[in-house]
Amino acid sequence: MNILVFVKRVPDTESRIRIQHETKSIVEDGLNFVVSPYDEYAVEEALKLREAKGGTVRVISVGRDEAVVVLRKCLAMGADEAFLVKDDSPETYDGLRTARIIARAVERKFAGTDLLLFGKQSVGADNSQVPAMVAELLGLPQATVVTKLEIDGPSATALREIEGGMEKVVLSLPAVVTAQKGLNEPRYETLKGIMAAKKKDIPVVKLEELGLGPDELASQVEVVGLDVPAQRQAGKILQGDPAEAARELVRLLRDEAKVI
Amino acid sequence: MIAVFMEIRDGKIKKSSLEALSEAKRRAGELGVEAAAVLVGGAVGSLAPGAFALGAAKVFVVENGSLADYSSQAYALALAEFVGQAKPAALFFAATAMGRDLAPRVAARLGAGLASDCVKIAVKAGALEFTRPIYAGKAFLSLTLKSTPKLATLRPNMFPLGEAVPGAGAVVKLDVAIPDGAVKGRVSGIIKEDSAEVDVAEADVVVSGGRGLKGPENFALLRDLAAVFPRAAVGASRSAVDSGWIGHPHQVGQTGKTVSPDLYVAVGISGAIQHLAGMSSSKVIVAVNKDAEAPIFKVADYGIVGDLFEVVPRLKDELKKALAE
Repeated sequence: MNILVFVKRVPDTESRIRIQHETKSIVEDGLNFVVSPYDEYAVEEALKLREAKGGTVRVISVGRDEAVVVLRKCLAMGADEAFLVKDDSPETYDGLRTARIIARAVERKFAGTDLLLFGKQSVGADNSQVPAMVAELLGLPQATVVTKLEIDGPSATALREIEGGMEKVVLSLPAVVTAQKGLNEPRYETLKGIMAAKKKDIPVVKLEELGLGPDELASQVEVVGLDVPAQRQAGKILQGDPAEAARELVRLLRDEAKVI
Repeated sequence: MIAVFMEIRDGKIKKSSLEALSEAKRRAGELGVEAAAVLVGGAVGSLAPGAFALGAAKVFVVENGSLADYSSQAYALALAEFVGQAKPAALFFAATAMGRDLAPRVAARLGAGLASDCVKIAVKAGALEFTRPIYAGKAFLSLTLKSTPKLATLRPNMFPLGEAVPGAGAVVKLDVAIPDGAVKGRVSGIIKEDSAEVDVAEADVVVSGGRGLKGPENFALLRDLAAVFPRAAVGASRSAVDSGWIGHPHQVGQTGKTVSPDLYVAVGISGAIQHLAGMSSSKVIVAVNKDAEAPIFKVADYGIVGDLFEVVPRLKDELKKALAE
């Protein structure tokens, strides 16, 4: 089966986020960038499916040249090919713009795909928009936030996380699936994989090749503010006898914080 | 008109959808327009009074046998049809599993902008301004949307539920044709977790445990503590989840859920930056940790420095007494 996996380069989860106020953007200096964690589950799932059923795993990132680093990591994990869809625009926080780029790239460059895998959201923009939008634009069914995926011939059965349980979704292929933590345990790159990945060519797809009009590439989102939250003040610390501390805490929760 | 998609689970409108409707009503009032509700399903018209009670001027009902089970494709088709006919200025969803699955499909179908997981909505210069966390709450983005309609998903527990007052308004039935072959995926069943526990993202109180619990069996202490409250859930730090002590649906933080309960109790959690991102918007934070230097105390409103195994059972007893009064 032919699988496409979409990955994004994001700051790691240990990052402290600082704001460049004039440009309403994130300060990138000093940040350590990684493959968005949920995307790694998507890559792993694709590799497992290829091992079980044959076919190819191709990894795609939409972004600036720097995204090549995360594509190389995916090649080192075992992906067959990687492609950069080059988009130099700054972060728009508009999922629809990215979804249009991806949908068009799939139509023009990657026809014959059976499964499109994504992380359930990028760790950063946290939009959870692009995969479902791509599915709609391509007329494909979707299962988002998936922790179990089974492929049986032309159909797939996915378990997706919902409040207080799981939802079982039956899809006909091709389909869009987004990975949640718990779907699998992503493998580490091997030294051999890293060496092989270094030698691989990563073709660049230019935005102009996709034939999208200015309206389709315009962002619907206008950023009017970006800020870090006010720091919470450290509160009252109780020490000493556990029973007394517990009693005093409950009194404070009732009389001062008024939450109980 | 600001319309709100009403999510139905177990034959009832979800509380988070009613919160979204309450917010729509408030913002619609500022804009001088009406709030409306949209019910989609097999036979759902009987739920209209619940939406009127929260101030919907109209309730749109889209009923069709093929909408009885949720399908993002079929529901997106139904909502796009609703938008085409009713022409709302904005369409809100609760940012639940269903809302997050559905809203982007509707947005793509309409070519409309979507603000995900909003925690605040304001009217500024006659336009809706949406505020939403990015980097799991390490930063907040405020944005406007250029499209009509403007779509948004609203985080549960962030927008106060209006007071329900029996009311009535117009029920508008819409017919939507779902062509054969247009729907290639649908829900075939729901597997509920054994317990009747509320989800961490929807609970009023979250009691979370970390590495300080020392093992999976000790989460029982937290379950006992949570059971004291009417709508409480048990959460966990990433290290507790990665150690296999509790399932990932319970994880709070940047690779788990972002929560904003009335009360968050962090037990044996040191407070890594990626955990703090997920819970710092809680209204009141309590920390129990034996290490007085733990970063969690920097964000806690109240902290107890002590052995959690001694503190938690006593805290449970004291809370029980206080809540019984």
